[in-house]
Amino acid sequence: MSRALSVYAAAALVFLHAPLVVLVLFSFNGGRFTVWEGFSLRWYQAAVSDPQLAEGLVNSLLIAVVAGVLSTVIGTLAAYGMWRRASPVLSGALYLSLVTPEIVTGVSLLALFQWAFRFLHLQLGLYTVVIAHVAFSIAYVTIVVSSRLRSYDRTLEEAAMDLGATEWGAFRRVTLPSIAPAVAAAGLLALVVSFDDYVITSLVAGVDSQTLPMVIYAMARRGVSPVVNAVSALIVVAFGAVIVVAERLQKR
Amino acid sequence: MEAVLELRAIAKEYTGHRAVDNVSLRLERGGFYCLLGPSGCGKTTTLRMVGGFEQPTSGEILLGGATVTGLRPWQRDVSTVFQNYALFPHLTALRNIEFGLRERRAADAREKALRALELVQLSAKRDSLPAQLSGGEKQRVALARSLVLEPQLLLLDEPLAALDPRLRKAMRAELKAMQRKTGITFLFVTHDQEEALSMSDKMAVMNKGRIEQFGTPEEVYLRPSTAFVAGFLGAINWFGKAGVRPEATRVAYTAPEGLPARRGTVESRLFLGNCIHVHARLAEGGQAICEVARDERQFTEGEEVWLHWHPADELRFE
Amino acid sequence: MNTRWWFLLPARVWTALFLLAPLGIVGAYSVLTRGDYGGVEAPWTMESYTRLIDPLYLAILWRSVWMATLSTVLCALLGFPLALFIARAGRRKNLWLQLVLLPFWTSFLVRTYAWLFILRDTGLVNTVLQRLHVIRTPLPLLYNDGAVLLGLVYSFLPFFVLPVYAALERLDGSLAEAAADLGARPLSTLRRVILPLSAPGIAAGCVLVFIPCLGSYLTPDLLGGGKTVMVGNLIQNQFTTARDWPFGSATSLVLMLVSALALLMMMRSPATKEML
Repeated sequence: MSRALSVYAAAALVFLHAPLVVLVLFSFNGGRFTVWEGFSLRWYQAAVSDPQLAEGLVNSLLIAVVAGVLSTVIGTLAAYGMWRRASPVLSGALYLSLVTPEIVTGVSLLALFQWAFRFLHLQLGLYTVVIAHVAFSIAYVTIVVSSRLRSYDRTLEEAAMDLGATEWGAFRRVTLPSIAPAVAAAGLLALVVSFDDYVITSLVAGVDSQTLPMVIYAMARRGVSPVVNAVSALIVVAFGAVIVVAERLQKR
Repeated sequence: MEAVLELRAIAKEYTGHRAVDNVSLRLERGGFYCLLGPSGCGKTTTLRMVGGFEQPTSGEILLGGATVTGLRPWQRDVSTVFQNYALFPHLTALRNIEFGLRERRAADAREKALRALELVQLSAKRDSLPAQLSGGEKQRVALARSLVLEPQLLLLDEPLAALDPRLRKAMRAELKAMQRKTGITFLFVTHDQEEALSMSDKMAVMNKGRIEQFGTPEEVYLRPSTAFVAGFLGAINWFGKAGVRPEATRVAYTAPEGLPARRGTVESRLFLGNCIHVHARLAEGGQAICEVARDERQFTEGEEVWLHWHPADELRFE
Repeated sequence: MNTRWWFLLPARVWTALFLLAPLGIVGAYSVLTRGDYGGVEAPWTMESYTRLIDPLYLAILWRSVWMATLSTVLCALLGFPLALFIARAGRRKNLWLQLVLLPFWTSFLVRTYAWLFILRDTGLVNTVLQRLHVIRTPLPLLYNDGAVLLGLVYSFLPFFVLPVYAALERLDGSLAEAAADLGARPLSTLRRVILPLSAPGIAAGCVLVFIPCLGSYLTPDLLGGGKTVMVGNLIQNQFTTARDWPFGSATSLVLMLVSALALLMMMRSPATKEML
């Protein structure tokens, strides 16, 4: 029984990892097709010198950093406020954002923006993507920071206020430093989900604001190019590194 | 008498240390046995090997004359009462007791379970979930759940440790009565020497993976075979090579004639309710405790005294 | 006004403006009429909802529910033994958990693309099989329900494993020992003790798989190649190509309603109730 279980678990692990391993492996393939023709970095060179990919990467990074910082600040403040006293309406809204299908979040934001543009002389752009990403990232940040606060000793803050700190001072000088690793982890998580998003982004991005996932999607739809493998491999490695750092921070 | 359990030189090795080292033991059918020792002495590991949860590295286990070494827990006619009771939280008291009977496809499972519930005086709690039961009640359900299967041997792994002290003492008599009523052999693991002394027909004292002595409580207490056994079962005063229990040590202002004695100074008196313990510092170095009657008014702090004893009460080891 | 109010303010404003208001607009659009050049117009009407009863759209809804159910069942069957194994892995528990979650942390798009790369006509599987002369012409592995199902199960398996692992990990190890001691063989212990006690985790895992599968868009789009249209693709299409916003809005609300029903159903199941 337990041996069968181990064999099964090993097989499941192969199932989970093999597609990505194969993908990364063939990004080093010399040939265009799925036949090994020797080691080569030509697809990486092609990826690096592709202007569309470069533009997408710059846009994605810009969006991820701005949305990441904004959602981390908003989410951390919210988690702290809800830790002080529960706010059923806000937490209900955040849970709703987690269970709302991405496509619905996307079209509803699109509808909102189009409606607002009737009154404002604006159009879709990078900033609409940032707004959308912050909207769905706040819930992730709040969850990570809240779970850290759950094990945080309330008396520390009471002690600070007893020593003369204001509520804001107690938060900034006592609580925030001790939950800082969790906040940083939440920020990295927000960065990753923002960088990764395709569905919502594709609906609310302006014509001149293609993100990296949008470029990859377009390339994948056109047919498979080893360049996509190379970019994917880079993303896999970069995401892996960020997540490892986030995990370390959360455990601290 | 027929042996219900026989351990033949069983050992359990984990990387780098022997938790159980060459243990042999023979239990006769129908007795109440205790396995006593400090934590980490290998008593629980021994019990788990009998239950089938761990396999011995070497040696043989016989149950009712047949070898069960290598058999899995569900293949052995023994049952365990776990330290934390391990009651199934999703099942009522009655359903917990029925669990093993249903596994055996017993036709009269419900009837038997109800009788077992009655035996442990919990008929009123038949539909309660474990979370709704007190510690003592959980203990009794666990006991009934095992007893209802009428195993050849019942293993109890420190079942009283989680109870509060008052209840723990009451349960001793109850467990012993239960054993007598059912006639099932009990093997009871504990680190509490009082528990072992009060309940056992025979007890084994374990230390560092080995059994140091196996005998009746009187034998083990009065004629311990090793210094460890003597020290583990009760306080002991060391006068050179001779060990004397506090209750066999006397105190006086003058040295008695013809008896071994030592000079000392009273350091403190501890009133224990049923007696008084006089702690004395010996002139030759070291300390001794002497038990005196609780109405004794003499021997107060700072007084010079003589401690003496009868040679017959001396315990000597190589 | 106390300090806490200020802490919550930004989140309240952002969620009100960019989560709740958009859903409100979608709700309003769903009962309006389609405009001539996209957009919406008066009068108020329930026409978008009545159109959903059209067999064509009912079939899409039904197919989505069916695919999500199938994915959930497959994730449960594949995920439970995995969670059980990890919970029993002793000191290596955390390592195993990380290994299972690692692919989940790489980009969703990349993970879906990986299957495109493996399954397409000139993909890994077909190339290998052709080279080995097992097949002559490529097998149609991509752009069908099977490929979509595979992609969904692959993407959402960790969503099932995680809560079930958490439930199993909390289980007292001596309960399984007690069951064995009372005569239960491993499968019997599984059925009578482990499954009932991990039922809340299983229900949570089912919800976490079912809901995103039901509303999935990218997986059917890339791996189904337009043939396997699910409700997510229908909504996307109404808001972009077809420019029928009222109908897309109505479909969105129905999708959310079905998701909420699934959530309620699984939270109300007797298994979870017992633990609440």
